[in-house]
Order: sequence, then C-alpha cells, then structure tokens
Amino acid sequence: MQALRSVVDHYNYLITIFLMMAGLYAVIARGNMVKKLVGLGIFQTSVYLLYIGPGKIIGGTAPIIDPAFTLYSNPLPHVLILTAIVVGVATLALGLALVVRINEAYGTIEEDEIFRRDRET
Amino acid sequence: MKSVAAHLPALQVVVPLLGALLAGFLRRGAAAFALALAVTWAVAAIACMLLWQVLQGGPISYALGGWPPPWGIEYRVDLLNAFVLVLVSLVTAVSMPFAHRSVAFEIEGYRHAWFYCMYLLCLTGLLGIAITGDAFNAFVFLEISSLSTYVLIALGRDRRALLAAFQYLVMGTIGATFYVIGVGFLYLVTGSLNMVDMAQRIGAAPPEHARAVIAGLAFLTVGVSLKLALFPLHAWLPNAYAYAPSFATAFLAATATKVAVYLLLRFFFTVFGAAIDFQALPVSQVILGLSVIAMLAASLIAVFEADLKRMLAYSSVAQIGYITLGIGIADQAGLTGSIAHLFNHALMKAALFLAVGAVFFRIGSVKLHDLAGIGRKMPLTAAAVAVAGFSLIGSPGTAGFISKWYLAVGALETGRWPLVLAIVASSLIAVAYVGRMIEVVWFRPASALAESAREPPLSMLLPILALAAATVWFGIDTRLTAGVAGKAAAMLLGGLK
Repeated sequence: MQALRSVVDHYNYLITIFLMMAGLYAVIARGNMVKKLVGLGIFQTSVYLLYIGPGKIIGGTAPIIDPAFTLYSNPLPHVLILTAIVVGVATLALGLALVVRINEAYGTIEEDEIFRRDRET
Repeated sequence: MKSVAAHLPALQVVVPLLGALLAGFLRRGAAAFALALAVTWAVAAIACMLLWQVLQGGPISYALGGWPPPWGIEYRVDLLNAFVLVLVSLVTAVSMPFAHRSVAFEIEGYRHAWFYCMYLLCLTGLLGIAITGDAFNAFVFLEISSLSTYVLIALGRDRRALLAAFQYLVMGTIGATFYVIGVGFLYLVTGSLNMVDMAQRIGAAPPEHARAVIAGLAFLTVGVSLKLALFPLHAWLPNAYAYAPSFATAFLAATATKVAVYLLLRFFFTVFGAAIDFQALPVSQVILGLSVIAMLAASLIAVFEADLKRMLAYSSVAQIGYITLGIGIADQAGLTGSIAHLFNHALMKAALFLAVGAVFFRIGSVKLHDLAGIGRKMPLTAAAVAVAGFSLIGSPGTAGFISKWYLAVGALETGRWPLVLAIVASSLIAVAYVGRMIEVVWFRPASALAESAREPPLSMLLPILALAAATVWFGIDTRLTAGVAGKAAAMLLGGLK
C-alpha cells in the first residue's frame, strides 16, 4: 500500500523518468538521423515536465495577487521552460537542416551507411 | 564615462550580440569582417577593463534591468571569471585578423557574412556563460554558443563537416540537457537560480534533500564534462575540430572548452564547495582518474594520427586532462596550474591551429605527408609551430611549463606522487607527437605540394607569430597568468566549507 501510494503521489516524476529514458534510448539506438532527433526531442521534453510539475502547488491558484487568495502556484518554472522550449525548437530546426544537407551530400540519412561511404572514399 | 564604466558587465555581452545581428544584415563578407574585428577588439577592451576594476575594487555585482539579486539575473564578475573573459576575448582579438583571408579562401562568398554572424553569436554565448551569476541564464548562453558552434562546424568544406556538426549537435544537446536537469534539481531544493544564493540555501537545506543535491551535482558534472570534452565524453571533439573551417577550429579550440571548464569550477567551488562537505564525495577521485586516462590515451592516439588537425584535436583532449587534473587535486598549487593552463593552452592551441590554417591556405592540405619539408618554404609559420609545440610538451621557457610545474607541485603537496609520473609520462608522449610534427615539417625532403608553398600574407602571419611569442612571454613573465590564477584559486578555496 505504501509503495502504491508513493507511485501515485509521484506519477509526474515517473512519467518524466520514462520519457527521459525513452528519448535517450532512441538517440543511442537508432541509426536514422531523423529518428535520433525525435529521440532528442522527447528527451528534452521530459525536462520540461521535470520543471513544470513541481511548480504546481496543490490548492494554489494562478499567481495573480488578490486579497481573496494566499496560496499561489509558482510561475517561474513556466517562464524558464518557455525559454527551454525555444532552445529546443532551435536545436530541432538546426538538426533537421543539417540532416537535409547530409542527405544532399551523402544520399542517405542512415548513420551506418554514411560511415560506410566515408570509409570507401 | 563613469556611467559607461558601471555598465561594462552588460556591454560585455550586448556588444557582440548586437554585432552578430548587424553582421547578419550586412550580407557583404568584407563589411561583416570589419564589423566582427571592431566588435572583437571592443569586447577585449571591455574584458580588460573589467579585470582591472576587479583587481582594484573586488568583485562586481551587476543587477540586470535593475532587478536586485537573487530575484533578477545577476552578472557577477570576480577574479576567476574576469580572467576567463580576458582569456577568451584577448586570444580571439589577436587571432581575428587571420579570419579575413582564411574565411575568404575556405567558405563560399555568400556565406561569409553568416560565418561572422555565427562567430559573434558564439562569442556572445561564451562570454555570457563566463559573466553570468545565474545558473539558468548560463544554460541559455550555453545553448547560444553551442547552436552557433554547430553552424560554424557545418560551414567546413568537406561533407564530413556536416556529419561532425550533427554528431556534436546530438552530444552537445544531451550535455546541455543534463545541465538543465542538474539545475532543475538544485532549483527544486533551493527555489533559487542565483549561484551564490543557491550555495547558501543548499547549505541550509534539511538533510533529506541531500540526495537531490547529489543527483544535481552528478547531472551537472556529466553535462558540463560533455561540453568540455573530458575523457570519455570527448568523442565529438576530434571530428568537429578536424572538419570545421580553420579559423573556427582555432577559435573553438582556444575558447569553447575553456569556458566549459570555468562553468565546472564555478559549480564545484562556488555552489557545491561552499554548501556541502565536498571532500567527502568521491568527485576528485573520479576526475583525477579520468584526467590521467585522457592525458595518456589521447596523447597516444595523437602520435598515430596522419592528419595534423586531428592530431592537434586529440592533443587538446589530453591538455584538457591536465586542466581537470588540477581541479581534481584541488589545492592552491593544483588549481593555480589548472586556471593558468586555461590561458596557456588557449595561446598555444590558437597558435597551432592558426598555423595549420595558414598551411591549408597555401597548399590546401593538412595531411602530414603533404607537409613534408614545408618548414623551409614557410620558415616563420613553421617556427611558430615549433615554439607552440614545445609549449605543448611543457619545456622550460614556455607557458606550458609554468602550468605543468604548478600541477606537479600540487600533486606532490597533496601526497599524490603517482600523478607526477602521469604528467611526466604524458609529456613524453607529447614529445613523440610534437617531435614527429617538427621532424616532418623541417627535416623531410619537400613534398610536391610543399614545393609550391610560401609564407602566408601578413594578416595571417602576424597573429600566429604574436601568439607564439606570447607562449614564450608567458613562460617567463607569469604575473598575468600564474599571478591572477593564484589569486583566483585562493578565492575559490577560501569559499569552501
């Protein structure tokens, strides 16, 4: 019962950990560069959850000062993650642009195939 | 004038940031170069003034936008980061004239302005990491510098440059994300992002939070180590350095890894060291072990490289091993050696990579067998290579000797004499690869390509000679390097719990 309760209480962290591991696994295990970038995106997204989850205070309202409320959620994680999302978008865009260029230069986006072609020349 | 002096910390970052935007808009390569040169020199002047202010009046705290720390973002300049700012901007300022001819030769015309735009953005990011006192702000600057670095690498001529850029993008993003995870843990424990404030709050945190703090430390260490290419997280570095345009390689080799080392120092000493009993953790043993492997293994690989740029890249991994060795030793002499080596290694690696770029400019190859006998055709460039090479080995009279001396003293004073053996062994291997380089360049019969070589134009030659001369100068006059590094080390150690 105790274990179940701790799982339920921390489910947001468990989802974060799952996404983190799934993303990292895709980056490492996949040879296709677009799939690698998808993995990287999932990995980065898990961190957004890591920040935003704890920002919610149970019973707290939106952080707008009003005499009727005393408990507010923490707005700072959202601001931080907004920045991190922008960084993530930029990374993904640049990564995809590189994949396009790699495809033009090598004619493939499979890592093994690219290494093979580089060894031949 | 007085009001400008008060805003130097902000200008340090704002000037190159606006310069980057302008360079992108200018479109014409020559105009963008002129702008980049002016901005780089201005940035160097600002950094020198900041170091002067800090030496005179102690640490500077600058509240960005008037929001007082710890709520707003604080730019905090003390001896350590003033030193890093000077190192980054000064080495870049000296190298910058080289870029004009080299970039014109290696990159297609319509991309020149973009190259300078990316270079200035990267400079902005690196200076930002060094100057900020806010952990999340450091992440943003880390990504600014990283994203522009990927573009700089991808601008290389060879198609393998694209692959190198992609691989670095994947590794670099994982590293930066690990960093954010680490900062996230610390933020959850402390509710603060200001580094000094964080340290106080971690120290005051209840004991049940200790595990989160340790997890944060682990994530931060791995993330930053990826960026500074600590063995075995260095896999991205050799290809990235080998295929990037020559000037980009010299710039990155001299500055990017150094700034990452600074970030590691900042977290180890200012944040964690001041808050928890750092000595009780096995951090220094791990760092020392990895550093020794880096010093020996990467040097060995360098001996067998046929491509001069890759050889120097592996040598960089080994030299970073020396720098982290000092962090692991963590006493006055060791840290002094480590911080001084940031500067000394930047000087010699910039000189070497610029010289390699000059050779490429003349003969279009950096393969060792094409360089045979080129020393007789390009005597000044090759002499600079020899001087900087001796500094890599650490022979007395060069800057490399000073930092290795402090590292060895630190190892002995803390009773870790096997580390001295490792330093000597690594230096001996360096003799092998530097010796091979010098033997090929000076004493072999000239190759077909080398026959047609001659000295590079003055705008390329002067930076190389200036940097090579500086490695000798700082091997004799150590007031700026070991002097300031010693004070910075004392400050870091004085803040330990």
